Amino acid sequence: MIDLYTRRRIANATGLTIAVMAMAFGLFWLCWILWTLLERGLPALTPMVFSQMTPPPGSSGGLLNAIFGSLMMTIGGTAIGTPIGILAGTYLAEFGQRGWLAPITRFINDILLSAPSIVIGLFVYEVYVVHVKHFSGWAGTIALAIIVIPIVIRTTENMLRLVPSTLREAAASLGAPQWKIISFVTLRAARAGIITGVMLAIARISGETAPLLFTALNNQFWSSNMDQPMANLPVVIFQFAMSPYEDWQSLAWAGALLITMSVLTLNILARVLFRQKASTY
Amino acid sequence: MNAENIVKPRVTVRDLNFYYGKAQALNNINLDITEKKVTAFIGPSGCGKSTLLRTFNRMYELYPKQKATGSIVLDGKNILDKNQDLNKLRAKVGMVFQKPTPFPMSIHDNIAFGVKLYQSLNKHDMEERVEWALRKAALWDEVKDKLTQSGMGLSGGQQQRLCIARAIAVKPEVLLLDEPTSALDPISTAHIEKLIDELKEDFTIVIVTHNMQQAARVSDYTAYMYLGDLMEFGDTSTVFTNPKRKETEDYITGRFG
Repeated sequence: MIDLYTRRRIANATGLTIAVMAMAFGLFWLCWILWTLLERGLPALTPMVFSQMTPPPGSSGGLLNAIFGSLMMTIGGTAIGTPIGILAGTYLAEFGQRGWLAPITRFINDILLSAPSIVIGLFVYEVYVVHVKHFSGWAGTIALAIIVIPIVIRTTENMLRLVPSTLREAAASLGAPQWKIISFVTLRAARAGIITGVMLAIARISGETAPLLFTALNNQFWSSNMDQPMANLPVVIFQFAMSPYEDWQSLAWAGALLITMSVLTLNILARVLFRQKASTY
Repeated sequence: MNAENIVKPRVTVRDLNFYYGKAQALNNINLDITEKKVTAFIGPSGCGKSTLLRTFNRMYELYPKQKATGSIVLDGKNILDKNQDLNKLRAKVGMVFQKPTPFPMSIHDNIAFGVKLYQSLNKHDMEERVEWALRKAALWDEVKDKLTQSGMGLSGGQQQRLCIARAIAVKPEVLLLDEPTSALDPISTAHIEKLIDELKEDFTIVIVTHNMQQAARVSDYTAYMYLGDLMEFGDTSTVFTNPKRKETEDYITGRFG
């Protein structure tokens, strides 16, 4: 007969083993992906990648136009989406206790948050691209902004809700009007968390392909005109990786590595910021 | 309420009822808060002492479904009146909370925040005001070299004194303290109790406390509350040594609550 204590130890060891195995299983694929990416991407990551345009098949080239286009549209999408997201999130957290508008907004935002990005691409294609009759950097920016907005709304609301209500009361007890309480006290207290949310949104859109396929499409040449089709890393990777040409394929690996590294850097930055926030409360 | 009414009341509470939704939390409270004295509210948890305190600056207005009826007269005006400007009221009635609530900004800005709401002082005057408030709160010597650092970096006791400094920097008439030491260690508590004794020279103070000894130590008048009723109110020494009601005696001697 096994006594209770031994049974608990066995149960504990079994549980721990299963958990560690599950973690190892997950990490295995992640490491494999990263390893393949580094193995194929690093040799392809030559200075030419940053100085030449995307080449026609068979000749050498780089990704400069795609890197530039991705940067422009990511920055644009973030710049449009972030203020809207923060304002809407603030409304939901600070003013949304009463009435019907806030719960409905929150519900719709949750749907938008989980909407497949290809649907957002198609939507922008229908309402914008079809009307101006050409693909453009602006269309891509709009599509990315629509992806950013719900993420920022959600994190802003969550972070503001984490701010203790006593802090609001303390500001109110000094006789501060609500807009001052929100802009100088609660938003400031939630600042690190909100920045984390924005960074996660940037990480998310910098790898999005589907919405750009229908909006910015691609451009083989250098173009800084946002009203014209614009090259971007995800679509170039998509195109080049599917091609039979070896130099295109290796450029695709280089682009994939670039995106992964920048997303990784952003995620780490977000983590570090979040940890600082956690220590202040 | 008897002999102590000779001194001038600062706040007069008459027939005050308070409701959380449909639940009544205060029943017909009548009470005078004396100027430049410390009045303590004691009683078991849920007896309504914090609720009563929060009617003095209408803090409950932040939450829907909470309402007060009756009158609380401060400077000849019923502050429960609909026309009462809440921000002006809160400039006159400052508050310090149970948990320290430093704002996420520098020590200097924490104090300047409230002052800026009512006065536009130049840099020099503001610095003077900040120093004055911090000295009043017995915190100046500890923070004078780090005024630009975050208020969140201070210890719990220091944070609470920062909050007191912030509340008195706007020069209120009445200072409400809602269990100001319950989250603090004994040394910080002693600091703050000493501070309360000094502050009553300038301010009318109302303190809610769970700590009977604290009420006995710092207050001039004590109100014992139970289940939303004001059971007994009078001189602290009388309430503690010779309570009129059996319930008060039971609570104070620890037989109940």
